[in-house]
Amino acid sequence: MDLPILIGSILAASPPILFAVLGETITEKAGVINLSLDGSLLLTAMVGFVVALHMDSVIAGFLAGMVVGSLIAFILAFVSMTLYQPQVATGFVLTLLCRDLAYVFGKAYAHIPGPQVSHAAIPGFSDLPLIGPILFDQNPLVYLSLMAVILVWFFFFKTQPGLLLQGLGERPAAAYVRGVDVTAMRYLYTLIGGAIVGLGGASFSLMVKPGWARPYGIEGTGWIALAIVIFGGWHPIRAAVGALLFNALQTAANLLQSVMPDVPTQLFSTLPFPVMILTLLLVTIGNADWTKRVLNRLPEGMRRFLIRTLKALQTSPPASLGTIFKKE
Amino acid sequence: MKVELKDIHKRFGPIQANDGITLSIEPGTLHGLLGENGAGKSTLMKVLSGFLSPDRGEIRLDNKTIRFDSPAEAVALGVGMLHQDPLDFPALRVIDNFLLGSPREFLLDRKYHQTRLAELANRFGFRLDPEARVSELSIGERQQLEIVRLLALGVNVLILDEPTTAISTQQRESLFRALSQLTEEGKTVIFVSHKLDEVKSLCSKVTVLAHGRVTGEAAMDCPTKELVKMMFGQVLTVGKRCEVRLGEPILELQNLSLSDWRLEVKDLSLKVQAGEVVGLAGLEGSGQQLVLRACAGLLRPSAGRIWIAHRDMTGRPYQDFIEASIGYMPAARLEEGLIAGMTLAEHIALTERGPSLFIDWTMAVERASQRIREFNIKGQPTTFVGNLSGGNQQRTLLSLLPSQPKLLLMEHPTRGLDMESMEYIWRLLQALTQQGTAILFISSDPEELLERSDRIAIFFGGKVRMMDTCGASLFDLGESIGGKGFE
Ligand SMILES: Nc1ncnc2c1ncn2[C@@H]1O[C@H](COP(=O)(O)OP(=O)(O)OP(=O)(O)O)[C@@H](O)[C@H]1O
Ligand SMILES: [Mg+2]
Repeated sequence: MDLPILIGSILAASPPILFAVLGETITEKAGVINLSLDGSLLLTAMVGFVVALHMDSVIAGFLAGMVVGSLIAFILAFVSMTLYQPQVATGFVLTLLCRDLAYVFGKAYAHIPGPQVSHAAIPGFSDLPLIGPILFDQNPLVYLSLMAVILVWFFFFKTQPGLLLQGLGERPAAAYVRGVDVTAMRYLYTLIGGAIVGLGGASFSLMVKPGWARPYGIEGTGWIALAIVIFGGWHPIRAAVGALLFNALQTAANLLQSVMPDVPTQLFSTLPFPVMILTLLLVTIGNADWTKRVLNRLPEGMRRFLIRTLKALQTSPPASLGTIFKKE
Repeated sequence: MKVELKDIHKRFGPIQANDGITLSIEPGTLHGLLGENGAGKSTLMKVLSGFLSPDRGEIRLDNKTIRFDSPAEAVALGVGMLHQDPLDFPALRVIDNFLLGSPREFLLDRKYHQTRLAELANRFGFRLDPEARVSELSIGERQQLEIVRLLALGVNVLILDEPTTAISTQQRESLFRALSQLTEEGKTVIFVSHKLDEVKSLCSKVTVLAHGRVTGEAAMDCPTKELVKMMFGQVLTVGKRCEVRLGEPILELQNLSLSDWRLEVKDLSLKVQAGEVVGLAGLEGSGQQLVLRACAGLLRPSAGRIWIAHRDMTGRPYQDFIEASIGYMPAARLEEGLIAGMTLAEHIALTERGPSLFIDWTMAVERASQRIREFNIKGQPTTFVGNLSGGNQQRTLLSLLPSQPKLLLMEHPTRGLDMESMEYIWRLLQALTQQGTAILFISSDPEELLERSDRIAIFFGGKVRMMDTCGASLFDLGESIGGKGFE
């Protein structure tokens, strides 16, 4: 297989995880942890497929996914911001609830063929050497997800509402002083984040892995997406790179599998997960005390280099992530 | 803008923090608000700036009765407050802190606003790098940023709540210059403090609060004694530190090297004897904290040795340092020293754990009451520490230290305390030194350093110089802190 096609195939599989990571990044940037990702993805995948099947419209399927995604987010927002219950516990319960709902209500739709989004090469660009097959000979959702990454980046860092959003997650008390209605805005961004996650779920069942089944085969993706948000340092572009890296690992595992057919398939399909955790370690290792001690023993030049690399990798969460804001 | 407060009442549970305060401030003046810890100064200012709504009373601006429901509304009407701990976003850059919340434009034109920021800052002689992260700034610079931001929002009344407790002498001077300039431009400035000399040199008029009431008003030619009387109801006498006989060495640092990401302290040797008080001076972040943390067992030196009472403690765990009878008091009260959501009695129960699995609450409450009396804390054993006033939190922290430590390590032991409390605390500390405790403390108050320590270690960019306090002047110390003598 040649390289552009390989990279193209990594991109082709990426919309669900890109959307999931993007949605969660927005939510967490506002200071709210929506831990329900894994369940949300399953439920919105199921609902998206079923609605698209009944209405014979993929657009309706995506809309349904987004509505359900924001509904789940609304429950979380209500429980944590209106009833002041802990976010992490609520999110965890929602994960389990959504997963079971997906399996129960999806039962009748398992292994039924249905509509799916078709491939759309962009004329004029898809024939370009090298980047043509990578970037312009793809599914519309791939274009959309990549554009969404840029859009979110632009929103975060170039606009006033984006700045306020960062303030919400960093220090809600200070944002309040600057005239932000903290609770209302956190609601809003939790809902938006949930809707984007729903888009991710629906793009599984309407594009990457059309249809529905139990198990569906995307179980666990939500948890990895949560880890990628951390790896991405709550920065949309870095998070997108993390998501693509994870997809690349999965592709690599598949390739290895075909080269070594004797090794049990489970090994290769789980491989990307521990590797992703290891990369996560890289972003936090710089904080550890023993790292500094080890580094101090190294020769000057190498030490400088390593310190700089670790520092660049280091990320820190929005300072008020997961906290509840009540004004005095 | 003329500011009038009429009959302001504010109660927190059993505490009447403001009890019918009436106050009038002329436009274009620098007005001081004095009062001891817990007098109700911060509460009153929070009422004036929309953070708290009063239980009763009226706020008038330029003869119009006003009601704010949030700080943002207060700012829109021209009243802005600078908090004791700047209410900004440490993780964001200076320019973004400046822009966050205003202007109400969708796309941010950072270039344009950068010049606006620079112009405003320059007008007051502040130097702010728009690209720096706020977490890298000193408290003084963060204040400057907040002032500039509030002015850009068109604030006419600027309230500063104890702005000088954590900033360097230079920054204080530049702050004072800026405040005078502001009043010349017609703005009204309210300066909250319990430092008499600052209020005297800066303000044209002062109002004194005690126990939630106004106990006096004076123009600034009023003698200090009168002010002190208004604050405390009696005149304090300042005691002198008596000749100390030093005992055997308690702490020895041998060629110690320390570092964190930013700073390196190299090859420091220091000996501290029983009964000795050594002050650590220098601009914030010059290495004092590294040394103190190393002595407390919280930071491993990269080279050199730490001896405590003839025992080599280098590289040992924190628990060993505690067992060697070392008391450590961090600067960040609510982050490292105290737990805001726990009561005084719970703090006692935590610090003085018995061997038993269960907590003896009667004992804890009893001991808490005893500490409250001993350290003059305004609160009950059941008060949450987060609800105490700044100064009372500091006293609580002191009351939790071991009762007769060999070595006491303190970061800003009297930061945010009024004169009476400060005197009180130092009397307690001196009693300890007479029984052989050695004290190492960081302070940014040069007078405190000169008056209270036997020797001062001056830090500058990680380098250290020792200075005897005997015969030294404030001027010498100030110069050294500014870098003189460090080539
Ligand atoms: N949110 C709160 N809840 C309960 N009690 C409070 C609260 N805020 C202040 N108090 C109490 O009200 C009283 C006045 O506090 P305030 O902070 O106004 O004092 P202050 O004059 O600013 O003192 P300091 O100089 O120590 O900062 C104190 O006894 C304090 O414990
Ligand atoms: Mg106060």
